[in-house]
Amino acid sequence: MDVSTTPERKARLPFLVRYNLLPRTILRGRREGMIENRPVLDLVTHLVLILGVVVIAFPVYVTFVASTITAEEVLAAPMSLLPGPHLFENYREALVRGAGNSSAPVWQMMTNSLVSALIIAIGKIAISLISAFAIVYFRFPLRNFFFWTIFVTLMLPVEVRILPTYKVVSDLGMLDSYAGLTLPLIASATATFLFRQFFLTIPDELAEAARIDGAGPLRFFWDVVVPMSKTSVAALFVIQFIYGWNQYLWPLIVTTKEDYYTVVIGIKRMIAGGGEASVEWHLVMATAMLAMLPPAVVVLFMQRWFVKGLVDTEK
Amino acid sequence: MEKRVVFRSWWLPYVLVAPQLAITIVFFFLPAGQAIWQSLLAQDPFGTNVEFVGLDNFVTLVHDEYYLASFKTTAVFSVLVAGLGLVISLVLAVFADRAARGAGIYKTLLIWPYAVAHAVAAVLWLFLFNPTLGVVAHWIKGFGIAWDPLLRDRDAMILVVVAAVWNQISYNFLFFLAGLQSIPKSLIEAAAIDGAGPGRRFWTIVFPLLSPTTFFLLVVNVVYAFFQTFAIIDAATGGGPGNATEILVYKVYKDGFKALDLGGSAAQSVILMIIVIALTVVQFRYVERKVQY
Repeated sequence: MDVSTTPERKARLPFLVRYNLLPRTILRGRREGMIENRPVLDLVTHLVLILGVVVIAFPVYVTFVASTITAEEVLAAPMSLLPGPHLFENYREALVRGAGNSSAPVWQMMTNSLVSALIIAIGKIAISLISAFAIVYFRFPLRNFFFWTIFVTLMLPVEVRILPTYKVVSDLGMLDSYAGLTLPLIASATATFLFRQFFLTIPDELAEAARIDGAGPLRFFWDVVVPMSKTSVAALFVIQFIYGWNQYLWPLIVTTKEDYYTVVIGIKRMIAGGGEASVEWHLVMATAMLAMLPPAVVVLFMQRWFVKGLVDTEK
Repeated sequence: MEKRVVFRSWWLPYVLVAPQLAITIVFFFLPAGQAIWQSLLAQDPFGTNVEFVGLDNFVTLVHDEYYLASFKTTAVFSVLVAGLGLVISLVLAVFADRAARGAGIYKTLLIWPYAVAHAVAAVLWLFLFNPTLGVVAHWIKGFGIAWDPLLRDRDAMILVVVAAVWNQISYNFLFFLAGLQSIPKSLIEAAAIDGAGPGRRFWTIVFPLLSPTTFFLLVVNVVYAFFQTFAIIDAATGGGPGNATEILVYKVYKDGFKALDLGGSAAQSVILMIIVIALTVVQFRYVERKVQY
């Protein structure tokens, strides 16, 4: 505790803490255990958090309620805030028939979303794994050039080069296809970086041992590198699956046929055009619930990897 | 950092980087190059008459009052989204860090909105704020305040800001919470022993130590407001009413796909690319330091 005694040391504290240079004994503070007893502040703490949770959950609650009542009940302003008895018929109608101006059934859009999210997530992980492996474990001409080529893509989100990318995809005849929906989103510098960082921490002794045993690079990749990368792969999968499922701008412009609509696009088409009165809000809301379900399930049940993935990909 | 032990092969590394490289070239460099080239051309919508005009498209943009208005809209939108998003999530994170009991449950209940697609978030709030049937719109009118995001500029801006902030809170919250939890408790205990109350401890110890996280999140949130909120704008307001919520990325899309002004849209793309590159450089210079702590 004597860190805080002399003024000079006090002034240096933030730096020391930031760079993790404090002696072990100081860093090992007890995390749990209140510093002091303040019952009023405790109460405020929980009230603020509960308020936050309720306000954040409110839109989804209203969506859920709207998806369990009839179209007329939704239009009765204000609608009731208690769930109605039409849950199954609304969801069945949305899944089988769709809603509003978009006649594509929601199950089909959900399938499209699932297929493209899986292709994007798995494709990204696969091509990033092998390219990071090549960059870390080989010395070859143009290695640095390739590395920077991949790096630069970090700087160009699809939103800013949307028209020319569309033109390329249309020239390649990939409009209205899974390839068109997914391929332009598969290249990712973030994933390559993440794996590169991770590979650099693998001890050299392992590669050495593999070489002495006569294992080639591919054998080493499959038997050592890939198994060791399991947690990184899981973390990245969660993030990329959500990213793929929630894509909007790209599917919006490369799909013109309803057969290839993803569910996120489907919702937009259901409320667009045709005027206010024709929107079947109870079915739109059922579709919204269905669209939120898979990524929410992934976040909640794979929370540990989700948090890891989020933090890792931002480094 | 480099590996000391490497494998030798003259062809394998090329095969391994080939897929990534091919996709990068076809879908990144080709389009980006085309955008730059296109921004120097004037072309009618059918592509029958193309003319090299140098920087004319940029000059036109700088004098275009709609483009300047879009810059202003983007600035207002980003400041509101980043400001509100950071403040709200910081408050929640500080309290969640303090709540010894139930911290894990609160965390779980606060992070799931990250999973909701931007477009879906927009539709949710559009429904709540709908002037005829929205629940929240009904409450607002109950206070005697006129409300119609489909017709009034200010209300439309509130709608997209609320949807964008709601969607981003969980992300900010997670990073703030991680930042708070990495601050050694002993520092705070020392301050408490010296007689500093909770408010004083927050402003003199916690907040300064959190500044790297805050700065990082500020950059991320500005990037988010500039580029990733396209879906929110398109699904909730379509840039309207008038051009009230037409942010820069939305204008690129609208001018290119709807108005077919290819040169103008490409010039806007180029300007946006420069902005992203600047923001990315800021973020990277900073991240170098952040990884340490």
